[in-house]
Amino acid sequence: MARMKFLCDSERCIECNGCVTACKNEHEVPWGVNRRRVVTLEDGVPGERSISVACMHCTDAPCAAVCPVDCFYTTDDGIVLHDKDLCIGCGYCFYACPFGAPQYPQKEAFGVRGKMDKCTFCAGGPEGKDNSDEERQKYGKNRIAEGKLPLCAEMCATKALLAGDGDMVADIYRERVTKRSTRPQSWGWLTAYQEDV
Amino acid sequence: MSESPSGMNRRAKRLRAMLWSVVLIAAAGMLLPLTAYVWTATVQAQESSDAAAADGKNPRSEYWREVREAEPGYTAVRGQETAVLIQSRGQTWRELRNGPVTVLGAIMVVGMLVALAAYHLKTGGAKLEHRTGRKILRWAMSDRVLHWYTAVLFVILAITGLSLLWGRYVLIPAFGKEGFAAWANIAKPVHDYLSLAFTAGLVVMLLKWFHHNVPASYDREWFRQAGGYFGGGHPPAGFANAGEKMYYWVLVVGGTALVVSGFYLLFPNLGFERAAMQNANIIHGASALVLCTAVIAHIYLGTLGSEGALEGMISGEVDEGWARQHHNVWLEEVQQGSARPAGESGGRSAAAPT
Ligand code: SF4
Ligand code: SF4
Repeated sequence: MARMKFLCDSERCIECNGCVTACKNEHEVPWGVNRRRVVTLEDGVPGERSISVACMHCTDAPCAAVCPVDCFYTTDDGIVLHDKDLCIGCGYCFYACPFGAPQYPQKEAFGVRGKMDKCTFCAGGPEGKDNSDEERQKYGKNRIAEGKLPLCAEMCATKALLAGDGDMVADIYRERVTKRSTRPQSWGWLTAYQEDV
Repeated sequence: MSESPSGMNRRAKRLRAMLWSVVLIAAAGMLLPLTAYVWTATVQAQESSDAAAADGKNPRSEYWREVREAEPGYTAVRGQETAVLIQSRGQTWRELRNGPVTVLGAIMVVGMLVALAAYHLKTGGAKLEHRTGRKILRWAMSDRVLHWYTAVLFVILAITGLSLLWGRYVLIPAFGKEGFAAWANIAKPVHDYLSLAFTAGLVVMLLKWFHHNVPASYDREWFRQAGGYFGGGHPPAGFANAGEKMYYWVLVVGGTALVVSGFYLLFPNLGFERAAMQNANIIHGASALVLCTAVIAHIYLGTLGSEGALEGMISGEVDEGWARQHHNVWLEEVQQGSARPAGESGGRSAAAPT
């Protein structure tokens, strides 16, 4: 079984936000909800680096550990998904998540947030039928069910963003690192997967 | 005729120019991206000179330190804290909430229940030693309404709140995820909206009953005798005994923590950051559990634990015998007419219970 992971190669990311746009378009994510974002550090000065970040589909996921209604589940591919029918919009997963992945359609007084939304690794949700209208409406497209990988990574012009089986992703990245003789910096991996490339 | 060769000449020239431009554009298209390497090399050179300059600080490692310390960068995605890559406090919050708050809280609350049950089985609670039949007004109507209003809201808030804390361990095994989620979906908004009504009740109650709960010199004696719960006589007590005063001050401190932290949690729209919400959640949970534990003791002592106490909060009047047994100083004050009758200014006088 594959263990799906994301890796963003900060030596390659050019902050084009193509992944962000691809994601929003593919899943028709509502206004104000961003499943993926690109963050630039040292913006405009030498040493500037950008990283595309979304839910990393953590091992021992913090979001799942704190959810009062226990609505998260990890697929056989290691993708962390959640059930919007159970979610009560308490915000706990957002407090716990290291990557700021959980998103809420609302943010109003008296703790009104609506059902949490986050990156699904393009794997939809727990609805019975893959790519049913209901699944698409709640969670977006289910590309994994069609044998495809997440669109953000597929669309990445510089192939900075890698998505797929963790071992393969790590191999590609290690090869790059060796070729360009940089130090490996598998951003976020230690936090998400408790292991480096 | 003479124009045609020159015209052809011009056309050929144009064609050649076009060809060259295409070649140039193609070459530029292929070569220009390579300038990235020049740029990288320049930057690397600059970085190493920067590194040398900034007392040995390597900008690359600086950069990853920033990521670790959750320093915000720039992002085109609008929203709160979207520019922060990693927040590590979430892990701390998770451990605190799933650990001490959930587990110690349960130990505290269940421990209190067990202790009280054991105490009751052993002693049977404090019996009313001598019922005189003479009634003294202890709680005016307004006090009683205030008490029950706040009490009922507290119980609802406790049940809904504890459902979110312990439901996963207790209710999901019983009702299944769907069943529990249906309840949690009701419990959360109920908790959120009723909290305001509860806060109002709590604040009014604490202000209104403050004068009953000012420590007095004889309170030390009450503590010395452990309230007389474990044998011995009846230590002196005013309108409120020292234990009740302690309960009051627990409500003041715990209640303030509860209400303030709850305010944060209630208004995600006011832009509090995750750190504030995490702290608020821990404080809210901890103070709520302390209050629950105290309230359990209070309920026991107001009902089974002290015969004759509950009638004071229902009819408003207590038996004189009960007052002598538990609140001798107050009884004396009432009989001398110096006490504010039942803590209610406009209430009917209770000073002459013959
Ligand atoms: S990145 Fe956040 S939302 Fe995604 S699995 Fe990890 S903790 Fe959960
Ligand atoms: S917001 Fe929803 S998914 Fe997140 S912890 Fe609360 S109930 Fe669970």
